[in-house]
Amino acid sequence: MPRPSRSLPQRSLLFGLFGLSLLPLAAAADRPLSVVAPWEITGTDPSTSGYVYARMRVAETLVDTDADGQPAPGLAASWQPSEDGLTWRFALREDVTFHDGSPLTAEAAATSLQHALAKPGILDSAPVTSIEADGNEVVIQLESPFAPLPALLAHSTTLILAPGAFDDEGRVTEVIGTGPYRVVSVAPPQRLDVERFDGYWGEVPAIDSANYLAVGRGETRALMAESGDADVVFTLDPASRARLERHDRLALHAEPLPRTIVFKVNAAHPLLEDEHARQALSLAIDREGIAAGLLRDPEAAAAELFPASLGPWHLGLDASEAQDVERARELLAELGWEANGSGVLERDGEPFELTLRTFSDRPELPLVATALQDQWREIGVALEVAVGNASEIPSGHRDGSLELGLMARNYGLVPDPLGTLLDDFGADPESMGGDWGAMGWRDDDLAGWLDTLRQEADNESRIELAGQVARRLNEAMPVVPVAWYQQTASVNAELEGFSIDPLERSYRIDELRWSE
Amino acid sequence: MSQALASRTTPRWTAGLGGLLLQRLFQAGLVAWMVGTLTFVLTRSLPGDMAYRIAAGRYGHDMVNTSAAEAVRTELALDQPALGAYFGWLWDLLQFDLGRSLVSGEPVMAELWHQLGHSLGLAAMAVLLSLLLGPPLGLIAGLKPNGWLDRVSEVVASILRALPPFAVGLLLILIFSVSLGWLPAAGHGRSAHGVLPALTLALALAAISSRVARNAMADVSQSAYYAFSRTKGLGERLSFLRHGLRNAAVPVVAYLGVQFVYLIEGVVIVETLFAWPGIGHALVHAIVARDVPMIQGTALIMGLMFVALNTVVDLLCHWLDPRRRSA
Repeated sequence: MPRPSRSLPQRSLLFGLFGLSLLPLAAAADRPLSVVAPWEITGTDPSTSGYVYARMRVAETLVDTDADGQPAPGLAASWQPSEDGLTWRFALREDVTFHDGSPLTAEAAATSLQHALAKPGILDSAPVTSIEADGNEVVIQLESPFAPLPALLAHSTTLILAPGAFDDEGRVTEVIGTGPYRVVSVAPPQRLDVERFDGYWGEVPAIDSANYLAVGRGETRALMAESGDADVVFTLDPASRARLERHDRLALHAEPLPRTIVFKVNAAHPLLEDEHARQALSLAIDREGIAAGLLRDPEAAAAELFPASLGPWHLGLDASEAQDVERARELLAELGWEANGSGVLERDGEPFELTLRTFSDRPELPLVATALQDQWREIGVALEVAVGNASEIPSGHRDGSLELGLMARNYGLVPDPLGTLLDDFGADPESMGGDWGAMGWRDDDLAGWLDTLRQEADNESRIELAGQVARRLNEAMPVVPVAWYQQTASVNAELEGFSIDPLERSYRIDELRWSE
Repeated sequence: MSQALASRTTPRWTAGLGGLLLQRLFQAGLVAWMVGTLTFVLTRSLPGDMAYRIAAGRYGHDMVNTSAAEAVRTELALDQPALGAYFGWLWDLLQFDLGRSLVSGEPVMAELWHQLGHSLGLAAMAVLLSLLLGPPLGLIAGLKPNGWLDRVSEVVASILRALPPFAVGLLLILIFSVSLGWLPAAGHGRSAHGVLPALTLALALAAISSRVARNAMADVSQSAYYAFSRTKGLGERLSFLRHGLRNAAVPVVAYLGVQFVYLIEGVVIVETLFAWPGIGHALVHAIVARDVPMIQGTALIMGLMFVALNTVVDLLCHWLDPRRRSA
């Protein structure tokens, strides 16, 4: 049907006016949030890429964490161990639906966890024998008591997905979770688009849609923040951070992570078997120099293994008091070490020579290694640095050839570091420590405390034991702390409500909103 | 017009084409086998334990321990003799099966298909941009060798070619995204995202093609036949169109083939810088994670692409230059 048409300029003027009137509204509500971080998306399976679906709030775990990093109700409203500590019952939250509309039932949650248990993941650390559904509860049977089980169920490899997410072989074909955002599209390895899920059981987020982009290069990430292409950019290199700080449009955030740069010591090595020798090495380190000079962050100096975000495990030691070169020299002299003509310590004609293995996957590690080399030369210890592959530390541990290994260890994979500590310092007599923990070192008291912690459910005694463990580790030094990592983020100043989760479980995008 | 002239006096342009294509087909087979074998030998001889690497690629560095590495080793039969794995791969390749990625578990073919599309799009845009920038500038410069345009374009071309693509890319981001805010710095999804990475590649390509075009044009413009065309009374424009353009085009097109080496090398760096999910980016990540089937697949595709592009260049030269057809 022919209709009188307006002339083109007239029409575009009308459109323009119409568009203009919508603009302010559209900008506030519909503007998608763009998140950029270095970590790539491997696929859809929680065992490989769960972290990205957890952080983008697509899928959730039975257990969540509260503001202090302590386990808190998630999809499970409450949980209770049996008297003997072998049976845990997790009562599910009511009226939770998956993104495909199916209800969260105990069967669905148990099936999802069974799939997680069959693949490598955090549940390997617990002695799980079975995961079943019973009424509204998920029942987990253990072989031996394991008090930190709820903390493990906060890890992203235990995300709860709908039954429709799995194919017959247990592969995840689609990420169907329960979170406040649902997946619109996934394009591994780089992009994930999500939109708000209106059927969310909790508070529905303010921002309509968001996307995640994995960008490997730090320079590119910083430039994306600077040009306004990305609203939230994680992990900034020190040089870019200084530049971004000058921008009014951006707000910078930083938060220490429970990931610590440590070196593990072969305590069975003749030069290192005495705890005083290990203490001397530690006393000779200028941690603040390494933090300020190499990591460009004076706050990063670590005189203990666990940062404040790990609550009772944190001792509050002052890194500036951790260096005492004179005391280090005295300790070594007491052990019978004397400087020879070339300045290297010698005992019975044998020089104090060690090899430190490290790897370049984390670019700061070789730098820290050479700083240690330089600082130990001051006390007469000759250190050779071998930069290789990350696998050389566990393999050197297994065949006994490792002397010192510099690495980064994440003690906050789950809210409770106990699982990691049991692996690293537990009482398994065969392994004499873990791949990334003690080597040739054993302390029966500490093993006993860890074992008690494993079984003890009473909170107060757990807190006390945690402090004891941290103190003993700091004294005996089977693993020596050097520095902490910091998570940094640059955030569009028009966003409100941003905070960094020190346990890196969530980007907390559901708490963000555009300022008016 | 000039083709019609040529076909009267010389063999049809399809003459000798069959032999050329057959030769290229054989070359493609050889490249496939050699690239696959080399990548296999090289990845196996890289230092470090493959099982740990693959486990780190799959589950993240925080989750890697000996038991995860052993699980990977058993699952992928990494403890079996390498020769068996090699012949297994060769057999699969003969059936056009590139296997599954060790990290994601997806078929390599499907992943490559996805990435290749992004890379080809980027490369095509880069070549197009470079052709718009380089040869026209070179041809104009070549008409007046050692004129001011020639000198300036030489200096600019030298600088652009000497700078690594990484630096050119950063400069472009600083100018067009950070300062001017015209284009997005990195990422993909909208067509505007492709402009800066394509321009980064195109600038270095244009730097060379402009010089090659300039030299070819300078040779042509100083040749006897070109002088004759002017003497017989043709204007500058007609001389250029009838006698200059086609003669100067042969070396420029032939040189394009050499430039594809640069393009393939450049794609790896530019894709990483601009977070472009192409094949170069995939190759870097596959090497880090020791994802052997992915490394073999990407290297194979890159090798075959090289052969294919060279074939296209051959065909173009064959069509442009009648002298080749008698061979």
